[in-house]
Amino acid sequence: MSSPTLPPSESFKFSMLLSDTRYRGLSLQVITFIIFMAVFFWLVDNTIKNLALLDKDVSFNFLWLRAGYDINQRLIPYTSDSTHGMAALVGILNTLLVAFVGCIIATVLGLFVGILRLSKNWIVAKLMSAYIEGFRNVPILLWIVMVFALLTEFTPAPRAFKGAEPEATMLFFESVAITNRGTYFPAPVLAEGAYWLLLCFGLSIVAVIYFIRYANKQKKDTGKSLPTFWISVAVIIFPTLILFFAMGQPVSLEYPYLKGFNFKDGIHLRNSFLALTLALAFYTSAFIAEIVRAGIMAVSKGQSEAAASLGLRPNKIMSLIILPQALRIIVPPLISNYLNLTKNSSLAIAVGYMDVRGTLGGITLNQTGRELESMLLLMGFYLAVSLLISSFINYFNRSFQIVVR
Amino acid sequence: MMTKIAFVRKKEIPPSAPPITEVGLIGWLRQNLFSSWLNSILTVLSVYFIVVILWDFIPWAYGGHWNTKSLRECLDLDPDVACFSVLTARWKQLLFGLYPAEEYWRPTLTFMFLLLAIVPILFPRFFRFFWFSIIYPGLAVWLLWGGSFWSISIVYIGLTLGALFFLSLIRRYLKNYMVAAILAFLFTVVFFLFISNPLVGLLNVILPISLPFVESLKMGGFTLSLIVGVTGIVASFPIGILLALGRQSNLPVIKMICVGFIEFIRGVPLITLLFVASVLLNYFLPPGTNFDIVLRVVIMVTLFSAAYMAEVIRGGLAGLPLGQHEASASLGLTYWQSQRLIIMPQALKISIPGIVNTFIGLFKDTTLVSIISLRDPVGLASTIRADQKWNGIYWELYVAIGLMFFIFCWGMSQYSQYLERKLKTDK
Repeated sequence: MSSPTLPPSESFKFSMLLSDTRYRGLSLQVITFIIFMAVFFWLVDNTIKNLALLDKDVSFNFLWLRAGYDINQRLIPYTSDSTHGMAALVGILNTLLVAFVGCIIATVLGLFVGILRLSKNWIVAKLMSAYIEGFRNVPILLWIVMVFALLTEFTPAPRAFKGAEPEATMLFFESVAITNRGTYFPAPVLAEGAYWLLLCFGLSIVAVIYFIRYANKQKKDTGKSLPTFWISVAVIIFPTLILFFAMGQPVSLEYPYLKGFNFKDGIHLRNSFLALTLALAFYTSAFIAEIVRAGIMAVSKGQSEAAASLGLRPNKIMSLIILPQALRIIVPPLISNYLNLTKNSSLAIAVGYMDVRGTLGGITLNQTGRELESMLLLMGFYLAVSLLISSFINYFNRSFQIVVR
Repeated sequence: MMTKIAFVRKKEIPPSAPPITEVGLIGWLRQNLFSSWLNSILTVLSVYFIVVILWDFIPWAYGGHWNTKSLRECLDLDPDVACFSVLTARWKQLLFGLYPAEEYWRPTLTFMFLLLAIVPILFPRFFRFFWFSIIYPGLAVWLLWGGSFWSISIVYIGLTLGALFFLSLIRRYLKNYMVAAILAFLFTVVFFLFISNPLVGLLNVILPISLPFVESLKMGGFTLSLIVGVTGIVASFPIGILLALGRQSNLPVIKMICVGFIEFIRGVPLITLLFVASVLLNYFLPPGTNFDIVLRVVIMVTLFSAAYMAEVIRGGLAGLPLGQHEASASLGLTYWQSQRLIIMPQALKISIPGIVNTFIGLFKDTTLVSIISLRDPVGLASTIRADQKWNGIYWELYVAIGLMFFIFCWGMSQYSQYLERKLKTDK
C-alpha cells in the first residue's frame, strides 16, 4: 500500500493572493469593490463640488411649488396653478396612456401580421414580410415624425367641413371628424340610471367567468363540451342591451359638431397623441409579428400531426395543442416589447406630446433648474415600470415553463 | 386445370401527365394564391392594395422634379409629383452635416476605408488583412477630426511598445503574467505621461503631417450616424461579453455590479441617458472639465447597447449545456481558456441573431441624438424644413432618410442570416 504523498504545505506568500485559486476570487472581488467604491465616491465628490460651485443644493421641494405652465392633454384636472408634482403626475398618466393604447394596438396588429406571414398564400406572406422589414429597419423617430406629418398635412382643416357643400365630410354617419387639429369622436354621456347598466354589464362578465368554469368542469367530468363562446357572447350582450332599452336609453352619444372654426364636444384626440401611439404601435407590431411567427414555428410539426391523429379538429388543434405551447415561447419577449414601447414613448418630445419626459424632464427641469433631481425622478419612474414588468416576466417564466429536470 | 389468363401486361404504362391545373403557372397560382375561398379573397385584397399604392407612388416618384430652386417652384410646375430638388440641393448636408465643403473627401475616404476595414471581419477569407481593421479606428479619427497625424499615431506607438514590453518580459524574465501585465501597464502609463508629448512635438517638427481641425459640432448627417453607430457597435461588443460573463460569475460582488448596471441601463430609455450626457455629465466630472459632446454621446450609446448585448450573450450562455463547462474544466482549461476556446464560440454562435438585432437597434437609435440637438439626418430634416425655400416639404426628405437607414439595417440583417447559415453545424 502506498499512500498518496501530499505536496509539502507551502507557507503563505503574498503572490498567492492572485495566483492561488483559494484566495484569487476573494482578492479579485476586494479589488473590484475598492475600485468601484473609489469611482463612486469620486463621482459623488465631484457632484458635491459642482453643486457648491453653482450654489445649488439637492432638494425635492420644487415638486410642491406652482408649475405655471399648461398641459394641453391631461387625464386628471390640472391648471397652470397646480404644482410641479401634479404636472409630473399628469405626464406619468399620459405616458401610461400612450403605452397602454399602443400595446393593445400593437398586439392585435402583430398577431394578425405574424399569422398572415405564415400563410401559404404567397402574395400575402410577401406583403407581410415587407410590412415587417419596412417597420423594423427604419428608426422609430422617423416613423413618429412621418405619421405626425401625415396626420397634420394631409387631413382637412376644421373649416373645410363648413358650408353647404363642404370639402371634407365626417366619417361613420357624421360622427368622427379627422382634422389637422386632431380627431374628434363621439363621447358617451351617462344619464341617470347608467350605473345600473354598468352594474348589469359587470354582473354578466362575472356570470360568464363562472359559466366557463362550469363548462370546463363539465368537460373534464363528462367529456362533452358546451358551445362556450356563443353562450358567453350572448350573456355579455343581451341582458345589458335589454336593460338599455328597458330603461329608456340612459347612455347617449354626444357628437362633435363644428362651431366657428373648430369642433366642439366629443372626445378630442390630438394629433400628437395619435401620431405617437400609432407610430409606436406599428413599429412594435412588426417586432411582435416576428415573435408570434417564431413562437408558432417553434411548436414542432409532430405536435399538430399527433393531435390530428387523435382525431382533433383543426381549430381544436390550434386552441388546445399549438397555442398553449406557442404562448409559452411568445409571452416573455412580447412583454419585453411592451416595455420597449413604453420606453420609446419618451420620444413624445418629437411631436410635442406632454409625457413624463416632457413635463418632469422637460419644462419642470428647465424652469426650476433642478436637473439632478428631475432626472433622478424620471429615471426612477422608468426603472420602476421596467422592474415591475420584468418581475412579471420572471413570474410567468417560473409558473409556465416546462420543468426539465 | 389452370385458369387461362387472358392478358398480362409486360410493360409499365408511362405515367400520364399531371392535370394542367396542378403544374406550371396555373398550378402554382392555384396552390399559392387561390387554394381556398379565404385565400382568394386575401389575394385579391393584397393585389388591390399593392396596385393602389403603386398607382399613386410611381407617377409621384417617377415624374419628380430634381432641378428646381425651391418648393414653390416645384408646386408651380406640377403639384402632384415629388420635389426631389431638396435632395439635389441639400444632399451634401444630409451626408456630411456642416462639415466644411472643401474637406468632404475626408468623410468619404473614411467611409470607403470603413468598407475595407470590415471586410476582414465579415469574411474570414480575407482575415490576413485584419491589420487594416486594427489601424482603421485611428485613421478614421484622424481623417474626420484632423489635427496632427502624430498625435493619433502616438497612441498606437505607445500601445505597441507596451505590448512588446509585456511580451519580452514574459519571454525573458518573468513567469507571472499578472506581474508582467502590471509592469507593462505602468510602462505604458509612464510613456503616455512623460514621453509621448515631447515625441509628438519632435515628430511634428521633423515630418509635419496634419489636416485642418474640424470640431465635433460640425459633424452631422449620415457621417454622424455612422460615427456614433459604428463606434458603439465595435465598443459595445467586448463590453457586452464582459458584462455577460460578470453576470454569470460566481463572485458575488462582480455579479452584483454587473446585474445592477445591466438592469439600470435596460430600465431607462436611451433618451434619458442622452440627456444625462448632455446636461448632467458636467455634474459628475471634476469642475471645469468639458469634453467633446460627440464623445459623450458615443459613450452613452455604447454603454446602452452593451447592456442589451450582455443580455443577448447571456441568453446564448444559458443555451449551452452545462456539460460544456464541465468538460472544459475537466480537460484542465483555465477559466479564460475555456471561455475563449469552448464556451464563447458556441454561445456567440447561438446569439448571432440577437447580437445583430442589437446592432441594428443601436444604429437606428443614433437618430435620437437629434433630440439633444446634434445634426443627424432626422435633425437635419427639420433644419431643412425650417428653411424658407423648402418649408412644407415632408415625404421626399423622409423617404430618402428612411431608405438610407433601411439599406444599412436590412443589409445587417441579411448578413446575420448568411452567417447563421454558414455557421450551422447541425443539419
